[in-house]
Amino acid sequence: MAALLSVRNLEARYGDTRVLRGISFEVAEGGITTILGANGAGKTTTLRAVCGMVKTAGEITLAGKRIEGRATESVVRLGVAHVPEGRGTFVQLTVEENLRLGAYARHATGHLGSDMDRVCGYFPVLAERRRQVAGTLSGGEQQMLAVARALMLRPRLLLLDEPSLGLAPLVVREIFRIIRTINREERVSVLLVEQNASLALGLADHAYLMETGSVVMSGPSAELRQNDAIRRAYLGY
Amino acid sequence: MDTLIQQIVSGLATGGIYGSVALALVMIYQATEVVNYAQGEMAMFSTYLAWTLLNAGLPYWVAFFATLAIAFVGGLLLERILIRPVENAPVLTIVIVCIGLLVILNSVAGWVYSYIQKPFPSPFPSKPIQFGNIYFGAHDIGALGVTLVVLAGLYVFFRFTTLGLAMRAAAQNPVSSRLCGIRVGWMLAIGWGLAALVGAVAGMMVAPIVFLDPNMMAGILIYAFASATLGGFTSPGGAVLGGLIVGVVENLVGTYVSFIGTELKLTVALAMILIVLVVRPSGLFGRAAVHRV
Repeated sequence: MAALLSVRNLEARYGDTRVLRGISFEVAEGGITTILGANGAGKTTTLRAVCGMVKTAGEITLAGKRIEGRATESVVRLGVAHVPEGRGTFVQLTVEENLRLGAYARHATGHLGSDMDRVCGYFPVLAERRRQVAGTLSGGEQQMLAVARALMLRPRLLLLDEPSLGLAPLVVREIFRIIRTINREERVSVLLVEQNASLALGLADHAYLMETGSVVMSGPSAELRQNDAIRRAYLGY
Repeated sequence: MDTLIQQIVSGLATGGIYGSVALALVMIYQATEVVNYAQGEMAMFSTYLAWTLLNAGLPYWVAFFATLAIAFVGGLLLERILIRPVENAPVLTIVIVCIGLLVILNSVAGWVYSYIQKPFPSPFPSKPIQFGNIYFGAHDIGALGVTLVVLAGLYVFFRFTTLGLAMRAAAQNPVSSRLCGIRVGWMLAIGWGLAALVGAVAGMMVAPIVFLDPNMMAGILIYAFASATLGGFTSPGGAVLGGLIVGVVENLVGTYVSFIGTELKLTVALAMILIVLVVRPSGLFGRAAVHRV
């Protein structure tokens, strides 16, 4: 399968601290790729770098087009939807307004209604709470809203930053099930960053392991799951 | 009783003007957490432009809408040219830039138009309007009407249009807004443009009452601060309502409390700021700011 996103020798720093030390990875068209690693490994920074939210060196190629150094807004317009750490909900706006904002970059307001129905089809609870202010939703519902908002873009590539963080296991399983459905039905490629390695490896077909700013291991998820070092350090058995 | 109703209506008219300027302040404050001290002078300068257009022979409403357009573009450019470079600077830096802008606009207006007061026409008839046996100033009623139309227009814009929604989003959560593809910088600039436009309306509506001179908005800005503080700096609707309350209270106190009269009216506004800040710092409709640390 051809790579939709291809990253070469990506470097990033916050002040004097090098956070990414020249990492390379790919996300296959239509595939789910995950980046695993402990806190502070540079996973979030990697996603932020793809979206032009941090200054970087190196090459980022999306569907054959170089996108490094572009403003976040223009990366988004190329069909990259980023569900950020902490969900990025507009807490004072209603659920419906949050969803409308998700479609903002598309300028296709004509399909807004049908898109909203399609997205709420995945997350029926959002349809019930359409007029509710987003800040009043539970954590799980806000995470669903964040994914739904990203889908309103009709993205080619979905970046997910720790969707499991702070959520009950049942809710997490539900969200991961929906991500798989979205990936299959809408052919959206997914780059997932997770601390919960066993969940992420269960979902993704390809995985990278990061440690302090470098990729230390990569391969098909099934292979990484069998790896003894990963099992001990990240899967806990 | 008749005097009371007259004073209330006239208070609502000036209150609407305070409320408009307060709204302009709140719009910029919500987006950038900075109070634009030059808001009043921007309104004053726009009013001078209107005066120039009127003197050139344009009909009132043509000059009115032309001024709004100029004010909008002017506000937008000010943000791009003056505020943009200090966008990420500490709040105090931006405040100083705004104060600098205040002084510059004031001096340029004085230099170009002189400090002598000029009469500014009202588009409304000078004959009072009679309801029953109570008379109301036509300009008071008209100004209140114009103000309400502008406010209703803004409400519809922010509530129902996609651009309005994007501007609210950009003010609340710039990072998420960028991730939705919203050009946050431009949203701020448009916000400045709209604030300048609202200010221009207020300037043109108040000038027939206070006469046109470079310092005409100084007192009004203080009333606007009182209005925004009363209504809450985080609530646009509250700022407008605060303006109406301040306008009415100011008028009633001036009429019925003999030692205040017209000379001490401004003190009432300042006293209201103090009382609100002591009793309820977030204002009537504002939310208390909560910062995670």
